[in-house]
Amino acid sequence: MSVRPDADTRKIRHAQAERLRAVWANPSGWRYWTSVNNFQVGLWYSSAAFAFMLFGGVLALLMRLQLATPVSDLFSADFYNQAFTLHGTVMMFLFAVPIFEAAAIFLLPPMLGARELPFPRLGAFGFWSFLIGGVFVCGSIFFDAAPSSGWFMYPPLATDPELSGVGADIWLLGLSFIEIASIAAAVELIVGIMKCRAPGMRINLMPLFAWYLLIVAGMILFAFPPLIAGDILFEMQRMFDWPFFDPTRGGDPLLWQHLFWIFGHPEVYIIFLPAIALMAMIVPTFSQRPIVGYSWIVLAAVGTGFLSFGLWVHHMFATGLPQISLAFFSAASEAVVIPTGVQLFVFIATMLAGRVIFSVPMLFGVGGIAIFVIGGLTGVMVALAPFNWQAHDTYFVVAHLHYVMIGGMLFPVVAGIYYYYPLIDAKHLSDALGRIAFWLMFAGFNIAFFPMHLTGMRGMPRRVFTYQTELGWDWLNLISTTGAFVFASGVLLVAFDVLRPKNRYLRGEMNPWRAGTLEWISEPEENWGVRSIPVITSRYPLWDQKTLMRDISEGRGYLPDAEEGRREGLVTSVLDARPLQVLRVGGTSYLTIVSAASLGATFIALTFHWWIASLVAAMAAFTAIVWWLWTGTAEIPEKPEKDVGLDLTLPIYASGPASVGWWAMFITMVGDSTAFASLVFGYFFYWTIHPDFTGGIDGPGSFWPLLALALFAAAWGLTVVARRYNTKDDVLVMRLCLAVSFALTCAASVAALQGPRAHAMQPTAHVYPAIVWILVIWVLAHAAVGAVMQAYCLARSFAGRLTRQYDADLSNVVLFWHFLVITAAITFPVIGLFPQAGWR
Amino acid sequence: MVYGCHPEQRRSTFGRYATGAPFLCCGCTGRQSALDTAGSEADATSFLFWVLVSTGAFIWLAVVGLLVYALRDRRHMWSEDAAGKLILWAGPIFSSVVLLALLTYALWLMPGLRPSSAGALRIEVTGTQFWWRVAYHQSPGPPAISANEIRLPVGEPVELVLRSDDVVHSFWIPSLGGKMDMIPGRTNRLSLLANKAGIYGGVCTEFCGTSHALMAFSAVTMRPDDFDRWLAAQSNPAANAGGSGKHLFMKHGCGSCHRIDGTEARGLVGPDLSHLGGRETVGAGILPNTEDAIARFIAEPGVLKPGTRMPSFAMLPPDEIRAIATYLKGLK
Repeated sequence: MSVRPDADTRKIRHAQAERLRAVWANPSGWRYWTSVNNFQVGLWYSSAAFAFMLFGGVLALLMRLQLATPVSDLFSADFYNQAFTLHGTVMMFLFAVPIFEAAAIFLLPPMLGARELPFPRLGAFGFWSFLIGGVFVCGSIFFDAAPSSGWFMYPPLATDPELSGVGADIWLLGLSFIEIASIAAAVELIVGIMKCRAPGMRINLMPLFAWYLLIVAGMILFAFPPLIAGDILFEMQRMFDWPFFDPTRGGDPLLWQHLFWIFGHPEVYIIFLPAIALMAMIVPTFSQRPIVGYSWIVLAAVGTGFLSFGLWVHHMFATGLPQISLAFFSAASEAVVIPTGVQLFVFIATMLAGRVIFSVPMLFGVGGIAIFVIGGLTGVMVALAPFNWQAHDTYFVVAHLHYVMIGGMLFPVVAGIYYYYPLIDAKHLSDALGRIAFWLMFAGFNIAFFPMHLTGMRGMPRRVFTYQTELGWDWLNLISTTGAFVFASGVLLVAFDVLRPKNRYLRGEMNPWRAGTLEWISEPEENWGVRSIPVITSRYPLWDQKTLMRDISEGRGYLPDAEEGRREGLVTSVLDARPLQVLRVGGTSYLTIVSAASLGATFIALTFHWWIASLVAAMAAFTAIVWWLWTGTAEIPEKPEKDVGLDLTLPIYASGPASVGWWAMFITMVGDSTAFASLVFGYFFYWTIHPDFTGGIDGPGSFWPLLALALFAAAWGLTVVARRYNTKDDVLVMRLCLAVSFALTCAASVAALQGPRAHAMQPTAHVYPAIVWILVIWVLAHAAVGAVMQAYCLARSFAGRLTRQYDADLSNVVLFWHFLVITAAITFPVIGLFPQAGWR
Repeated sequence: MVYGCHPEQRRSTFGRYATGAPFLCCGCTGRQSALDTAGSEADATSFLFWVLVSTGAFIWLAVVGLLVYALRDRRHMWSEDAAGKLILWAGPIFSSVVLLALLTYALWLMPGLRPSSAGALRIEVTGTQFWWRVAYHQSPGPPAISANEIRLPVGEPVELVLRSDDVVHSFWIPSLGGKMDMIPGRTNRLSLLANKAGIYGGVCTEFCGTSHALMAFSAVTMRPDDFDRWLAAQSNPAANAGGSGKHLFMKHGCGSCHRIDGTEARGLVGPDLSHLGGRETVGAGILPNTEDAIARFIAEPGVLKPGTRMPSFAMLPPDEIRAIATYLKGLK
């Protein structure tokens, strides 16, 4: 192509751009809210998360007002307890985690040179679920019905309906709903990062932000399911009196603490790592050079991710565990400092090896590091068991965790806002306001939280709504309150800077900071992510590939057009990003809102025990989701392959491990299996704490469980065979196999049910029957999904939407069944054979 | 017995939760501080604290100093090689060495901090919303029952057996040592060795419901002979003439929830009041032990301690409440 395009070429390009624009355009009017585009969803998601953060901040200020003076009667004990419970819950679940899912949805496609993430509708569904769940949980405080047992919800305080009220149900069900959305986002991010990078962007050329998000999404997959499993046990105890945490009937409150902190500690790193990821984008830009030690920082991040799963017991040092486990977990907790330190020194090394331009994002970033290092050092202190025995559950820990979270997360996020704001509307935030806000926040934060170290050492416990006057805490608390308001004024100034109208400013240039990474090719006016998909050969393509920007905007990359009027992106290989497939993603749809709203209604109705409403809403959610799958997934294209430009032709349909859907199923089921493993952990936990964990109660016997296992195995075998016959184009046998397998699944479910039923196992009598029932119910729920999937494939086959060549549905269902048969193969021997072994 | 007080004590305004009298007789900041110690574990951990703080301060200054230097407009940029070496030395190597040293020190401390105290005096403390049951086990004879106050002999190891009646609580006397949770269905043990006589504050540190903030107690450390004399007195009914207060106490059914040794009051729902008059506080550490405070607690327990199970007796004539308070204050 010539450098100076002739009129014809210009015309063609213009027509291409017009078609592309039309395909990716947002709907207008109220239908705008049915958009699923990553820019819109990312923006809504971040705005909602920030709104929740401001709400959580107001709660914090109310608490600080109450504590400003001793024996204050500004608020009642009960209101204060609701406020601190909600403050922790909101900041963790509704701000810190979602803000990064939001930022990732917004930033990742352009950063990876992709048009969209692979499942835009799933992303929108996640956002709506988050919003509904979040408003439900936050709104409860206006009805004096907010959870008030602390964000950690320790039983028996939180399981006793008299002591905790409906607030605990709101917490459990509202947040379970949000956790599901988080896992959905994690699936989308993992598949997006692995399979949707621009051609040539090998895994070692990936922007660090993508690396971090990949690690964090993987952590979500293993950290959230134990909490969901815990929530299930918890809610069963609250709703139906199953005694999982009741020591009088064989339960143990400590099991919840384990499950909660197996989630809760990785959660800290799930929050912290993405903030470091933002720093890893900002520091090289303002040091005007590539990051020093790319492999160091990636390895350190992976190491932090792994180690973070081995630390949870340091939240339980005072529970009376044996000293040897305390020593082990002390050591593990200290070890995580090493990779964290490496990441900070990578930034310092990059600055040293470059020439630093000082700016508001750098100011917030560096200020955040200065604060975070204090939090890290107090972390070293509290990780040592002997010191922890003193500091645990005091204001020292309040100071520690806020130094970690605000220095390690909030400051980098504000740095990110100032840095990335031009991508939202091509304008800058105010430099002057940014500086004032920084100093207000930095000074206010330290005034508020530094004295708390001393308050805690002087014996002030956490979560107290008042304190007596002569304990030496009065002036320390007054200083903290003053600082909190200074800090809040800084946050408010940032909010003002973001929200103030900027119409009179001119549109800024693209890439105003002269950054090297690909997200800066994104144009706020366009919805398409990238005008055409480039070939990437560098970690900092905008610095190293001189003609890249022009090539992209002149449509000289892949997929510069949308001839068929479909939203299309490229799927590339995991390691070396070879182009494999054209991926057609779902467009604007109201199905995402309907599904999220009806699923939300199910959870909300359950909270208030409105069983019928809940059932109706669940049916609606089921219908909406099946309709969504039927109309929007595994669509048979009008032609098998298409020309994507640059002399490359790629298939439009993929099935099995080559397809993104298969990966999404695989990743979801890994998370699902983690939840299952947590329940099995519970079973063996009860076994270890009791001399006779059956409590003298009859088990389900061996016959029915083993029969159920045999039937499930047969159903699985036939599903696998069905796929084989489908590949041979033997439709009749395939349908027959699926139908018989469906019948077998139903029979297996009955057999599974019969075990505990025939032996009259009363789940309310003792924890042993209760945990057996939970495992059986878990399998039954999955069997129901498995059966629906078989029926769905049959229906698809009859409708001509599932054929020999286009069999993605069937191969995903087979994958689900692999996991289901493993679940059955663990559950039934555990409940049927293990108690017979008589090892204890 | 009172330890290390400031000469001038601030008069406090107790507002809703307490009367306008100074809390206890000790207004110094050290009463509940982990840094103002009176026990062997607290001594060791406060020393550990200062070691950690000074190490941390040094590291923070070094890191922030380096950061400021890196941000400055320098004449020379470091080579990538030199910067890489900084990551290697400051990251894995330096931090491993420091952490290993601190970890070794802390782990070396651990076995000595809470030695097994078999054969020592055993005190059973049971947390319950929002107060503490206390029982002193003596080898001959039944245990001496008390509530909301722990007394320990100086220089003798004490084994605390910690349980809970309802939800998770946590037992902490900062000046003596670290905390230990009280978990329903489990029994935890904590050994403490006091080395100074005085009155110290103790609190519940695991959030346990509405009035978690108002669940405190006093820990009194005494010379061993004082302690023995006190314990002997605890084991017998208080010498009290009784008078109209005792009669009213029984008549209004207080005895169905509270126990008073040597009387027909045998209730176990609320705190044992056998020697209430001799304790430092009433209401589990929230009020100074005066007749006024006792009378006030009888009249409005739910105001002083939201969520308490004790009903209000405000319907009784004030002089009857006063008489009961006089009786209880006399139980020493």
